[in-house]
Amino acid sequence: MSAYRGLVQLGLGLWTTLRQIGRGASTVSYPEEALKLPPRWRGRPVLTRDPDGDERCVACQLCSAVCPTRCIELQAGEREDERRYPVSFRINFSRCIYCGFCEEACPTLAIQLLDAFAFSTEHHRDLIYEKEALLIDGTGKHPHYNFYRHAGVALHGKDKGQGSNESPPVNGRSNLP
Amino acid sequence: MTLFLMALGMLLTTVVLLGLAGFLVFAERRVLGLLQNRHGPNRLGPFGIGQALADALKLMSKENFVPAFADPVLYRAAPVLVAFSALASFAVVPLDRGFSWAGDWNIGLLFILAMSSLNAYGVFLGGWASGSKFALLGAVRAVAQLVSYELPLGLALLAVVLLSGSLSLNGIVQAQWMPYIVLQPLGFVIFLIAGVAETHRLPFDLPEAESELVAGFNTEYGGMRFGYFFLGEYLGLTLIAVLAAALYLGGWHGPWLPGWIWMLIKTFAVIFIFFWLRASLPRPRYDQLMALGWKILLPLSLLNLLCTAFAAALWRLG
Ligand code: SF4
Ligand code: SF4
Repeated sequence: MSAYRGLVQLGLGLWTTLRQIGRGASTVSYPEEALKLPPRWRGRPVLTRDPDGDERCVACQLCSAVCPTRCIELQAGEREDERRYPVSFRINFSRCIYCGFCEEACPTLAIQLLDAFAFSTEHHRDLIYEKEALLIDGTGKHPHYNFYRHAGVALHGKDKGQGSNESPPVNGRSNLP
Repeated sequence: MTLFLMALGMLLTTVVLLGLAGFLVFAERRVLGLLQNRHGPNRLGPFGIGQALADALKLMSKENFVPAFADPVLYRAAPVLVAFSALASFAVVPLDRGFSWAGDWNIGLLFILAMSSLNAYGVFLGGWASGSKFALLGAVRAVAQLVSYELPLGLALLAVVLLSGSLSLNGIVQAQWMPYIVLQPLGFVIFLIAGVAETHRLPFDLPEAESELVAGFNTEYGGMRFGYFFLGEYLGLTLIAVLAAALYLGGWHGPWLPGWIWMLIKTFAVIFIFFWLRASLPRPRYDQLMALGWKILLPLSLLNLLCTAFAAALWRLG
């Protein structure tokens, strides 16, 4: 009886592999065939711009602080209209582990892990990307978000409470009983 | 002059056979890919066939290395023995009617069995001379396995000899007025299983079980010496397939096509079965392997032989 069962199992196993002949390979021959990347794919971090074309990063250093491999380094500066921006921004991609923590920490949705992932160089030093290489001319995954429209921060030419979905600040003294 | 021509012919046969073995290594990987939803080597040349050449070149360009702890003479001799015994067996295999080196030799089948025993020596000596525990374990396994599966193999072949009344492969093929697989279905199955074990191919690859013994008896081998073992394995596989085609599937008999094409078709069909088994079945435990050999295949092959002998005797009387 058990011998009979064993033979049936053997036959089933053989049939299972034979059936695969017509099914083609599930391998994707990558460089020739394009990959289908999932929407939340974590590729190389880039710096995005807001819908108005200004850079989003406000040089708050949060990404640099949260990065487990300490591969982000930046210097803060301030523009004439009082917007903060990174004077230099540097990511060492020979250390980055594509964990996405920087993206989660960023308050302005500036740093984002988009779909670029295939890059190789001969030397480690070529993997240190400067700001010019990191900054892209697009909004990335969040096409409509502009930090300064929501943040309630006063800027040159825009006072507190003048952004979208914002109401003007209340007068603290008038609320007194 | 005749001698020179013969030597040339033999050289040609050897080259063709070695090329075939190299091609089989590649073909196996492609077939496995086909059966396992992947590609296999497909980069070099059409269908990736250049891979066979690249592998051969790689093996040939490696250093011929003898480990310090190995027995230098036997270590060198073993791979040659394996490849030689597999190659020599092909001398008695006919490709077509009257197209073979010694197909009419009246002890052809016996010669093949003798050569396969010699093959076992090669494997064992290789493992033993390596002076490493993995190689030794593989070699011990190989000897036990080859000895225990040679019995059912020989007994299954004996039934064929009984039917055909000849030990030469030409004689056996000529005697097949219908393929012997019809008269000897059990014998064919036993032959095939024992043949897989005899060439220590998966699922019976315990002598070289990668997951337990690194690479078994050829652990310490590299370069072309490893290549000889490899060629020996694939030549052995071809030999079993060609024997199955000649002894059970009717050899060169077949309608329309020329004989040698039939022979090749049948051989490659059996080789495909070998690849298919490899793609599908897991490796048994060692005691299961031995139990299968001694407790199932041996009694079955004895039974098969007895029944065949009985039927043959009745045939004679009637
Ligand atoms: S993905 Fe992770 S490792 Fe890479 S820069 Fe961002 S936080 Fe650092
Ligand atoms: S967390 Fe965002 S805004 Fe802050 S420094 Fe990093 S990229 Fe710039």
